[in-house]
Amino acid sequence: MAMVDVLLRRPHPVKPTASGMSRKRSLWERIHLDPWLLGLLLALMSAGLVVLYSAGGQSMHIVIAQAIRFGVALAGMVIIAQFSPATLLRWALPAYLVGMLMLLAVEIMGDMGMGAQRWLEIPGVVRFQPSEMMKLAVPMMVAAWLSRRELPPRWQDLLVCALLIGAPVLLIARQPDLGTSLLVAMAAVFVILLAGLSWRIIGVLAALAAAALPLLWMNMHDYQRQRVLTFLSPESDPLGAGWNIIQSTTAIGSGGVWGKGWLQGTQSQLEFLPESHTDFIVAVLGEEFGMIGMLAFLVLYLLIVCRGLWLAGAAQESFGRLLAGSIILTFFIYVFVNIGMVSGILPVVGVPLPLVSYGGTSSVTLLAGFGILMAIHSHRRLLPR
Amino acid sequence: MRQPRDTLKNPQQELRIFRLRSLLAVVIVLLLSGLLAGRLFYLQVVQHEKYSTRSEKNRVRVEPLPPTRGLIYDRNGELLAENRPTYNLTLVRERVDDLDATLALLVDLLDLPADQVEAFRERSRQRQRPYQPALLMSDLDEEQIARLAVNRHRLPGVEVEAQLLRYYPDAEAMSHVLGYVGRINTEELQRVDAGNYAGTHFIGKTGVERFYEDTLHGQAGLRKVETNARGRVLRELGHTDPVPGENLTLTLDKGLQHLAVDLLDGRRGSIVAIAPQTGEILAMASVPGFDTNQFVTGIDVASYRALQQDIDLPLFNRAIRGSYPAGSTIKPFMAITGLRDGEITPDEVIYDPGYYQLPNDSRRYRNWLRWGHGRVDLERALEVSNNTYFYSLAHELGIDRIHDSLAQFGFGTRVAADVYGQGTGLLPSRDWKRARFDQPWYPGETLSVGIGQGYLQITPLQLASATAVLANRGDWVKPRLVRETGDVPMPLDLDDTPPDVELEHAEWWERVVSGMEQVLSGNEGTARRAGAGLEYRMAGKSGTAQVFSLGQDQRYNADELKERLRDHALFMAFAPVEDPQIAVSVIIENAGGGSSHAAAPARAMTDYWLLERDHGEIPPEEEADIEGEG
Repeated sequence: MAMVDVLLRRPHPVKPTASGMSRKRSLWERIHLDPWLLGLLLALMSAGLVVLYSAGGQSMHIVIAQAIRFGVALAGMVIIAQFSPATLLRWALPAYLVGMLMLLAVEIMGDMGMGAQRWLEIPGVVRFQPSEMMKLAVPMMVAAWLSRRELPPRWQDLLVCALLIGAPVLLIARQPDLGTSLLVAMAAVFVILLAGLSWRIIGVLAALAAAALPLLWMNMHDYQRQRVLTFLSPESDPLGAGWNIIQSTTAIGSGGVWGKGWLQGTQSQLEFLPESHTDFIVAVLGEEFGMIGMLAFLVLYLLIVCRGLWLAGAAQESFGRLLAGSIILTFFIYVFVNIGMVSGILPVVGVPLPLVSYGGTSSVTLLAGFGILMAIHSHRRLLPR
Repeated sequence: MRQPRDTLKNPQQELRIFRLRSLLAVVIVLLLSGLLAGRLFYLQVVQHEKYSTRSEKNRVRVEPLPPTRGLIYDRNGELLAENRPTYNLTLVRERVDDLDATLALLVDLLDLPADQVEAFRERSRQRQRPYQPALLMSDLDEEQIARLAVNRHRLPGVEVEAQLLRYYPDAEAMSHVLGYVGRINTEELQRVDAGNYAGTHFIGKTGVERFYEDTLHGQAGLRKVETNARGRVLRELGHTDPVPGENLTLTLDKGLQHLAVDLLDGRRGSIVAIAPQTGEILAMASVPGFDTNQFVTGIDVASYRALQQDIDLPLFNRAIRGSYPAGSTIKPFMAITGLRDGEITPDEVIYDPGYYQLPNDSRRYRNWLRWGHGRVDLERALEVSNNTYFYSLAHELGIDRIHDSLAQFGFGTRVAADVYGQGTGLLPSRDWKRARFDQPWYPGETLSVGIGQGYLQITPLQLASATAVLANRGDWVKPRLVRETGDVPMPLDLDDTPPDVELEHAEWWERVVSGMEQVLSGNEGTARRAGAGLEYRMAGKSGTAQVFSLGQDQRYNADELKERLRDHALFMAFAPVEDPQIAVSVIIENAGGGSSHAAAPARAMTDYWLLERDHGEIPPEEEADIEGEG
């Protein structure tokens, strides 16, 4: 036990009568937030708002709307951070089941002729995207399942996991929302990988996945295939699907090392960039702040990832550790896929740049994830051991 | 199958595995980040120049600024073709807050017909580039514009766009000579300089508008603008002004042109008047005409079909493309040919028994007067339009010399310097007949040509031009329609002016002219009725042309058949004899009985030009002179 304590560098338990020395530390302890992570996130969001002002056509309206969303999402993060991992573990199954029911509801409504229906809506009251919730619920479920098994997981455990993951992912892919379904799948897979899945099994599964690619291709929607084809050769359709890629790479490339300056990007300011304030906001960043600006953001993201992984590693229990690790790695996948698609090394999938792209849902989910992360970290010493 | 397993979890091992895996994850994260950084380096450093150029091209667009089309005036400065601003109502969807409310308000303000609104909705449902103004209503009147101006603040996104549209105040009378502009089609776009016409919607289709297209059009200007991807102009970076097209001052006299149209009085025909000393075309009427303004905005199919199928061929420019047998109007030119080639002298007399017989041929070629004119010299042959005299002359000349001589007067060629779409008529020759029919030329056919029948066909413009040469006693000036382009007068001597026609004895011209004067003034003159009470000396020659059909595909109905089998009436004239100011050709289709039908209009034309017209430039004493000679 002592050795574990040393390994985890567990702080001394807080006494009810806090001394003056420990009061400062105890403030963060008491509100269950990680100051480093919070600081990095606030820095990222602030910088994001600056870029958004330019990308959104210099509209204060958009910036304020986004700031309000950030506020709401931060509040959600703080609230979630107050729950202990044990509570989260209890929630895992109910959350997963409710999510699945809602996905089925969306599926049925989609069949009722609503087309690409991704939302559940009680008109005038609330509009909800169940697939977004599954980004957290599925890895929670998988982590909960695995944390009760002996690790590393075996074939039998994998089979259960495959079912737990496959069902929601297929439903989301059918909506159709390829980007989200891949992110959900990935978040869950990260849990399994972090749990110590043997390399042999990873190899076999990777081979199977590669073999299944043609099958995936055959089940894709035309527009999804078109995206892949366009990615392979954007110039083949310069005014259609390739337009986004051509314009965004042009924006980034023309930014050079130092960029054209804030609000000076012609590509973005002149509306050559589609979706410049949502999924393609990186192009604005690259054009106006150049490679320096891009690297600064990349470094900020890497610091968040590293801090997140450190917090995950400091968790006492498998469930929290696996979930936290999965959340933070998924966060990086967002970053990588978004920058990769806008700079033209990945096909276009609807993945926003975390905490920078305009949009409420992803901010809420992401910050809720960070809330879980902080909860896992800050509640650890309260766990009965 | 399943190994006995320690059901106790091993926290240390799990933590170790997790730490190893996270370490591995960090490595992968760094590798992927390195991949992104490498991509950024490639785009922003290695390829920076390429993308900078591309971005610049994106940003700056060059827009053409169409030049204003030159105006067209008649010789007295009367406006014949102008540019009228018309106002169109357009709507930019992206700037309209509430489309339904806006449309409802517009319906209220403008009495916009419901079907027009529905048509607009239909059109706007189709996807189009954003920020493109969509046409809602064209040709607004002043009251509508005023109402829109007052309600401007309630109508964001609704705009009134001005467009210059060609307008012809005298469309019907000037239709053929002036021509018209219409929307450029793809074929025309390939012909013109695409850059210069990039912003131009209209191009000259026929007539002066077509021939002087380059002069009238001008040079397009350029405007460099910064735009967004939707084509919305954000700001101007610089521009070059367009050079407006040059104005044209025509040689036409609006009054004379209107007179010509009035004289034809709805009958199918043509009147061409030329100032012989300058070649200026004073009038060039082809009746019926049509409203060229219809063609500017785009004529509807039904109206166009009606024009096309009209049996009177209103779209056909008779003055320059109509081919008619010259009839007896060819005789003065035959006379000159005979004199020049020494086959006749003015005093030589032949005896006309009422017909002419070729040697060794029993066939009789009849004079129009069955019993003949008896003894006939040159002047009397012209006065009474004796056929026998000219049969004999034609026979002696032979088709080869006739062909060459008539060619010198411009028959068989495009005579005018700047008239678009001239026909050539037909000046037959041995070679032509061989090529056309693969047959030799027969002597009898020469006789027909000698009196203006047979294969010979002329255009009204050719006849007027040849009359002008005759009036000039052989001096050629090419007919032209334009006096000044911009402020620069068109030169009189053109490179391709044909050589003058010369006679050994200059006074022989006067003998021919004298014979023509007798046509109007002599006791036996064929047009003596039209010549009654002349206040100046006028020379002319009548002609009657046996009918031919204008078009092979023309459909005749029984009632019209009779009328359309009648002879065409022709007349050519110039005046005053001693100092020709005007040469006229008149051709009236199926005018029937006698050529005097065409002589009266010719007289009216010369009367107007010499007496009635308000000559600013002719001093009063000169007018008195003319009076005295009458």
